[in-house]
Amino acid sequence: MLSWRLKLRNILEEKTLKDKKLKTQLASREKLYGKSAKTAAKIEKWLLPAEAGYLETDGLEKTWRVKQTDIANEVDLLSSRNQYDIVLPDFGPYKLDFTASGRHMIAGGRKGHLALVDMMSMNLIKEIQVKETVRDVAFLHNEQFFAAAQKKYAYIYGRDGTELHCLKERGPVARLRFLKNHFLLASVNKSGQLHYQDVTYGGMVASIRTGKGRTDVMEVNPYNGVVALGHSGGTVTMWKPTSQAPLVQMQCHPGPVSSVAFHPNGHLMATSGKERKLKIWDLRKFEEIQTIHGFHAKTLSFSQKGLLAAGTGSFVQILGDSSGSSSSHNYSRYMNHSMVKGYQIEKLMFRPYEDVIGIGHSMGWSSILIPGSGEPNFDSWVANPFETSKQRREKEVHLLLDKLPPETIMLDPSKIGAMKPSRRKEKPSRGEIEAEKEVAIEAAKSTELKKKTKGRNKPSKRTKKKKEMVENAKRTFPEQGHNNTASKKRRIGEDAAAELPASLKRFARKN
Amino acid sequence: MKIKTLSRSVDEYTRERSQDLQRVFHNFDPSLRPMEKAVEYKRALTAAKLEKIFARPFVGAMDGHRDGVSCMAKNPNYLKGIFSASMDGDIRLWDISSRRTVCQFPGHQGAVRGLTVSTDGNVLVSCGTDCTVRLWKVPRPTLEDSSVSSENFIEPAAEYVWKNAFWAVDHQFEGELFATAGAQLEIWNHNRASPVQSFQWGTDSVISVRFNPGEPDILATSASDRSITIYDLRMSSAARRIIMMTKTNSIAWNPMEPMNLTAANEDGSCYSFDGRKMDEAKCVHKDHVSAVMDIDFSPTGREFVTGSYDRSVRIFPYNGGHSREIYHTKRMQRVFCVKYSCDATYVLSGSDDTNLRLWKAKASEQLGVILPREQKKHEYNEAVKNRYKHLPEVKRIVRHRHLPKPIYKALGIIRTVNDSKRRKEDRRRAHSAPGTIVTKPLRQRRIIKEVE
Repeated sequence: MLSWRLKLRNILEEKTLKDKKLKTQLASREKLYGKSAKTAAKIEKWLLPAEAGYLETDGLEKTWRVKQTDIANEVDLLSSRNQYDIVLPDFGPYKLDFTASGRHMIAGGRKGHLALVDMMSMNLIKEIQVKETVRDVAFLHNEQFFAAAQKKYAYIYGRDGTELHCLKERGPVARLRFLKNHFLLASVNKSGQLHYQDVTYGGMVASIRTGKGRTDVMEVNPYNGVVALGHSGGTVTMWKPTSQAPLVQMQCHPGPVSSVAFHPNGHLMATSGKERKLKIWDLRKFEEIQTIHGFHAKTLSFSQKGLLAAGTGSFVQILGDSSGSSSSHNYSRYMNHSMVKGYQIEKLMFRPYEDVIGIGHSMGWSSILIPGSGEPNFDSWVANPFETSKQRREKEVHLLLDKLPPETIMLDPSKIGAMKPSRRKEKPSRGEIEAEKEVAIEAAKSTELKKKTKGRNKPSKRTKKKKEMVENAKRTFPEQGHNNTASKKRRIGEDAAAELPASLKRFARKN
Repeated sequence: MKIKTLSRSVDEYTRERSQDLQRVFHNFDPSLRPMEKAVEYKRALTAAKLEKIFARPFVGAMDGHRDGVSCMAKNPNYLKGIFSASMDGDIRLWDISSRRTVCQFPGHQGAVRGLTVSTDGNVLVSCGTDCTVRLWKVPRPTLEDSSVSSENFIEPAAEYVWKNAFWAVDHQFEGELFATAGAQLEIWNHNRASPVQSFQWGTDSVISVRFNPGEPDILATSASDRSITIYDLRMSSAARRIIMMTKTNSIAWNPMEPMNLTAANEDGSCYSFDGRKMDEAKCVHKDHVSAVMDIDFSPTGREFVTGSYDRSVRIFPYNGGHSREIYHTKRMQRVFCVKYSCDATYVLSGSDDTNLRLWKAKASEQLGVILPREQKKHEYNEAVKNRYKHLPEVKRIVRHRHLPKPIYKALGIIRTVNDSKRRKEDRRRAHSAPGTIVTKPLRQRRIIKEVE
């Protein structure tokens, strides 16, 4: 079971290093790091303070028949405080978001109610009514800042409810997500455009026209920072801020994709479609592992321990991985929860480091206990639910110092720090260049020319201008055709050079 | 049915009193830390940049001499003091912390060529071009010394006149003998007015001499006939001798590996030898563009500092071919002597412009008392920078040094010359029968022969 912990070790590209001294030095150093990773893994056995929760039934009883009331009877007082329903019928379906430590929650009702709650003390820190539709809420790097996607624009608020920024460039935003390592606020708006903005200095890093129409299904893969959009044609596309064309396009469902969720290890993705199927995908091979029939999951969420929550109507279904190994996954029913009939579930989200799932629904929000879903041992340097304000300030400074540039977002983040052929700033492959070229040509073709008056609006001139714009768009990409002939000539030259005797090699034609 | 849910009691996870430390919990699971390689790389880049920001190696200059500084000696028992001698016969003892002269030892009529201190720190031996060897009693440093800035003048304890001018002197470790280099190699005792032993080979003068720190009876010398000789005092003639292409200006033994010695050569490189097998150099350290005048090892044995005629001071790793660091100033002219301080923190250089300069051995080191947390952070920065220092972005920052224009241009010229030599060599090899042209590795190329 130590195999996943040895991911810490650097994989050295042996053949790319010609410097023998450096190679041996690096090899010995990496061995040392491997040893330290192993000893760190051994700590798990003895020094971790808490153990994971579990739900074990005996005999013929099934785990999914266990109700929340049964759980409340068996569990201690502190945990049973985490089961509650907050009924707020006036303000519409609620979306919620937790901070990374699970301590604070922001709940945003459709009719404009924003509430910032401290979950440990069940204390309402601040609530404001913005008097506009709120479509999504997201925390920034800590509980001091949160963003709300409102009717026309997205806004950033401080902890005491003051509006700090109005993000006009993005237009009417449908979904907001924050990429923690890169300090990027990603959003998709009503016309299907993807925006990435660096919140440390406010600059817009990328605005990408996806070209696939309006969508409000957007999720971030925490393992590598790519954003996945689910479209109405059934495709899931993955994006990074540095390219205009998607990294991956997967045809997942025959109908529209309702929801996407990522496992924290980055290898699994769950998607649900309107045809009442839930599919689990392996992202390393982009293959479907499992299909679950029966219900249309409007919202999906993975917990830290790998439990999958699917919400449909007023029914929450929790699926657990019944196979113990990490290579094969078999999701089966673990627990259920059905709420009062009138409550339509809007968003499900597992609370980090707790065995709790937060449910945002049309009549407010609730929280129920799911034993075994949260990571029992937190690391104080990563996310500390018991943070003091001094620790929070220090952590903010360290997070800013470790902020990664947007170029580090890639499908396989382990390539960073390795030697060539993978460079840190990825040079786009030929296919990527072609895709980007096509996107640029489409954009040039679809721009609208200003209608001129006073006899200057001749159709011949219009077509000429349009052709010019397409040519300009093509010109920014170097000609691919030339390379073929040039490389052919070089290859011929090289073959001829190989036949020459050694002493005449320096007279061979060099192109 | 067994159910357990996570419930953390606040008492277990927070401190009891405000005077306690905050509680910290660790979980090294990599799935809690996405993109940790990228974060580590970013930290390496930041550490490299910070190192450059804090790199201020020059600490201060000690002026007082009226002519170029020709040699220095360090007292192994007293870290704060350094002896230096100049070309007009002026010998001074400096206090490094206040950078002032503690006392002077006047007496020499001409240039002082060699300076050395006995291992117990009591006797200072100096020799010069006026054919004399003088012994001085080193004043004991007392508490008053640091506050009182009066300059004392010390009388020599003994003065021995001899037949020829001297070039260098070195004192035996844990013994009473010292060796002088002049027309021959002579071994003296403190109490005798004439040498007790003398070695001669050929007619050329001996330029430098150095006793081995591990074996008190072994010493290495270099002569103006481009040779390096190792003598054993118990034998009557030389133990080993090699002749090189250019003469060696100075020799230093590695204090941690006493069988290895490094020779500072006139052709701008330093050659590290194993004293037992001198036919091939263990390592060639090339970075100076002009003659290397002096060399001294760090007490850790892992680095040595060299001063060269090209107005720069370089610090080399003991097994590396290129320098880790270069120090230069517009005001520093030809460097004639360098010393590494006995606590491995400072480097001293004495140059032609009559100044002794004090530099930090690690340019971005924070001096003074460092808190343990700061120390840990520095160590972490060092380790993470070393992990990624071969990658292009980090390498560019870590390797960057500003070079004075003459050295920069000279390095460019040397590079083109070497490139053209190598190209010619390759072509000669391509046009001749395979195996006829054999290149000797650089480690052997500069050694002409070993003579017994």
